[in-house]
Amino acid sequence: MDFTTFCWTTFAAFVTLATFSFLYKDNPFYKFAEHLVVGVSAGYFVIILWHQGLVTNLFQRLADGDAYFLWLNSDRWWYVIPALLGVMMWTRFSKQYSWVSRWPMGLYIGIATGIAIPLEMSNRVNKQLYAMMVQVDWSNFFGHGGFNLLDVNSGLSQLIVFTGAVSALVYFFFSKAHTGIFGGVAKFGIWILMIGFGASFGFTVMARISLFIQRVQFIDQSWIHNAMDTTNENYFWGFQAVFWIMILLIVGYIVKELMQFFGSKGRAESAGQ
Amino acid sequence: MNFFDKLMKLDRRWVFLFLVVVCVATYMTEFEVPILVEPETQVIFDFVDELEPGEIVLIAIDYDPNNLAELHPMTYAMAEHCWRKKLRIIFTSLSQNGPGMADQAIRDISDSLMQDTEYNGVMYEGREIVSGVDYCFLGYKPYYALVILAMGQDFRLPFPADYYGTPLDSLPMMQGVINYDQVACVVDLSGGNITDAWISYGQGRFGFPLLLGLTGVMTAQYYPFLGSGQVVGIMGGLLGAAQYEKMAGNPGLAMDGMRVQLYAHMVIILFIIMGNVGFFVSRRKQKQAERR
Repeated sequence: MDFTTFCWTTFAAFVTLATFSFLYKDNPFYKFAEHLVVGVSAGYFVIILWHQGLVTNLFQRLADGDAYFLWLNSDRWWYVIPALLGVMMWTRFSKQYSWVSRWPMGLYIGIATGIAIPLEMSNRVNKQLYAMMVQVDWSNFFGHGGFNLLDVNSGLSQLIVFTGAVSALVYFFFSKAHTGIFGGVAKFGIWILMIGFGASFGFTVMARISLFIQRVQFIDQSWIHNAMDTTNENYFWGFQAVFWIMILLIVGYIVKELMQFFGSKGRAESAGQ
Repeated sequence: MNFFDKLMKLDRRWVFLFLVVVCVATYMTEFEVPILVEPETQVIFDFVDELEPGEIVLIAIDYDPNNLAELHPMTYAMAEHCWRKKLRIIFTSLSQNGPGMADQAIRDISDSLMQDTEYNGVMYEGREIVSGVDYCFLGYKPYYALVILAMGQDFRLPFPADYYGTPLDSLPMMQGVINYDQVACVVDLSGGNITDAWISYGQGRFGFPLLLGLTGVMTAQYYPFLGSGQVVGIMGGLLGAAQYEKMAGNPGLAMDGMRVQLYAHMVIILFIIMGNVGFFVSRRKQKQAERR
């Protein structure tokens, strides 16, 4: 790793720690990291959109045309139409002509809806209904090849899916009081929902811990390791200098916060006496 | 104020600090945890493992750097597995902040395949992975649903050139590759709604086998698609990545992270139990006080 890359790695470590510092309390370092992420993301997205979208899909396709003819003499002149629609969207900035932007917006929403409705209906509703209403496989009730509760195609799983889906729907049916058998089914439905939320919560905990682990791996393997790696052919004293300056900054901030914390605690106690 | 009252008023920052200490201490301690492979991850590995050399896999790196922790290990493990089996890969990145990160990952994986490495007891000779021959990185285009539909017609419609600006027709790998018909499967590694589009507009419209690698937060909500057969398999979060790494005989950051996961989960379960005990004891005391 060369020194410049190491300096950027140190900056990445700084931004990581600045972000985690929010867990203690809001502070200027966190604010800096937050604004940096938003700004960099927006800037990066605009450049990507320009180079990967407009340049390759519009400018290069109209490159054989001529600006004097508004590119209508290009072999693919029809690409001028979406370009024009795109330009029409910018009229939103004018109070007088903002109505023009409704044309491309209407066209876009119309096409998107036309594409989405049949496909969404087929794939997210119909196929799920078919999967829910399969015949229970009694011959493999506890799973294929013996006892396997993780088998999603076992008869037991099919039965749980069907009864679970129906009873969860019953829970959301409010036109009838949740009493008697109907109430019992609704109660079973809420249990099914809670099990689902529990599974989601478990996965979410795993996801959040994964984010933390990855940053710990980064700080250890990419930052601290490279700061101390004397076998690196580009290594010189500057690596450790940058590293220790960063550590001093962190320790300094912690000490400042501790002094502030104990100072305010002392003042509160003396005020109480 | 007794123990349970103190527990209910505990500053949450102590919980964070305790969790950080446990995670860092576990990370610094060398030990292994057993990783049990679940059927939904096993089918993904088996599917890829049974493909013949030369077949094409489309890997959609549909995540931003904020999901890198969980999904990067999947990308590394799957791409290495595919190239080791001499499969060809089409990469796309339909998430707006993903292309640069995806490009870096592809270069890293290509570099690691230059060396002879042993996987599951079999020695694989290192080889150069060449852009346009072993893989084609298509890059990013906005409006992922329309891009997915357009790729079903012809990859050249949304992507006339690859990420590096080379026209697709001039890439040796893309000769005769028109659309999903020439692709053995699509692997969507996603941290957002793009997965929905791959299911509805991709698999639902064109019928290709769809394999999913998802962040932990998303995993539970996609299991119904596994039951309906719309999805071949699901890798869920860091655990899914670790399972794939284990099957591929290629231990990486995911397997390394699982030992920390184990203890972090134990701490969280402990705090949940303590919080609930504290809540119910306090409530009982409050009710007793009200009766008096």
